[in-house]
Amino acid sequence: MTRWFLPLVRRDLRLAWQGGGLWMPVVFLLLVASLYPFAVGPDARLLAATGGGMLWIAALLAALLPVERLIAPDRDSGIFDQLLMRGISDEMIALVKLIAHWLGFGPPLMLALLPAAALLKLDGAAIMRLELGLLIGTPALAALGVLTASLVAGLRGAGALAGLLILPLAVPILIFGAGSLHPGSGAALKFLSAISLLLVAITPIAAGAALRAGRE
Amino acid sequence: MSDPAAVPPLLDARNIACQRGGRMIFAGVTLTIGAGQSLLVRGPNGAGKSSLLRVLGGLIPCLHGTIDRHAPIALADEHLALDPDNRLEQALAFWARMDGVDRERLDFALHHFRLRELADIPVRMLSTGQRKRAILARTMASGARLWLLDEPGNGLDAASLRGLGDAMAAHLAAGGGIIAASHFDLSHQFGTVVELDRR
Repeated sequence: MTRWFLPLVRRDLRLAWQGGGLWMPVVFLLLVASLYPFAVGPDARLLAATGGGMLWIAALLAALLPVERLIAPDRDSGIFDQLLMRGISDEMIALVKLIAHWLGFGPPLMLALLPAAALLKLDGAAIMRLELGLLIGTPALAALGVLTASLVAGLRGAGALAGLLILPLAVPILIFGAGSLHPGSGAALKFLSAISLLLVAITPIAAGAALRAGRE
Repeated sequence: MSDPAAVPPLLDARNIACQRGGRMIFAGVTLTIGAGQSLLVRGPNGAGKSSLLRVLGGLIPCLHGTIDRHAPIALADEHLALDPDNRLEQALAFWARMDGVDRERLDFALHHFRLRELADIPVRMLSTGQRKRAILARTMASGARLWLLDEPGNGLDAASLRGLGDAMAAHLAAGGGIIAASHFDLSHQFGTVVELDRR
């Protein structure tokens, strides 16, 4: 397993880097954070009160950006078929995709959060809570992305369909993620962890089943 | 090989049927392939040759019947499965690493299909015949004992067709097996021919 697991993750990361996929979430988050004060006005108190939630929405949408190129290109070019012929199961392929997708957008997003939070006048404690929430919540977002991409791969209008599928499923992540921004909101953080664990655990199995069912 | 029953065939399929999209593509196909044996699946377009190979490879389930696989299988179909922006050699080396074979095997296959001079060209720049040769080179380098070749002669020029014939002969001589699907006759003499009709 070690022979092929790491090379596969590395390949996905390299493709994300070559395709500009690693910068997209970062640029997207920074764009939203710099546009937000123009829309609601420069009132520092209002920005600090609402900015955290805004950044959670931006993180959620940023996770959606690469969904179309997560699964479909490898499926269509026959790479999955070749991996299966080498005894690598659909579930393991989905797990590789999940890990590589999270590495490709989770940590860059958490770095981009620092300048974005400064633009929104968030204080140090709020930034810490936001970073902690994202650390727990981004694996769930990555899992949702891989799961949805596997479900819609090969369908017409896959991108739009993926958005429609993900957004309702992402609502709990958003509720508890943004809910964890208030001081002393440990319960929200625990719920967020629970959702994240559940999604990360079921995604390889569910996405693997979707890949298998969709194979022609 | 004193007792033939003691050595299992590379692949043994009994009475298999395949249904896709509610349509029965083929049924009642029985075939066995042992070391050094080759089999040609013949039939018109749409007869289910590719589906048969995919069923035999385990990529899609068969409706009924049983398939016993006793050896690693390599599939060469129309899908290139190479990253388009990589150089050809780099892209094939990725699969050599996945197969856990050493570089000499890949170098030999590259040389055999005259891909050495294309090694530094990005995969997306390759022509149809060059793509097919890259697919065949990956199959040759994979070290798998059973090759499933889907229309291996498509897009190949005369010299490459000869190269394919040589590669197949060498593979059989080394105790491998080949199941090929083609709608035209390849230069290779196959031991068995299975005809699929359009249903």
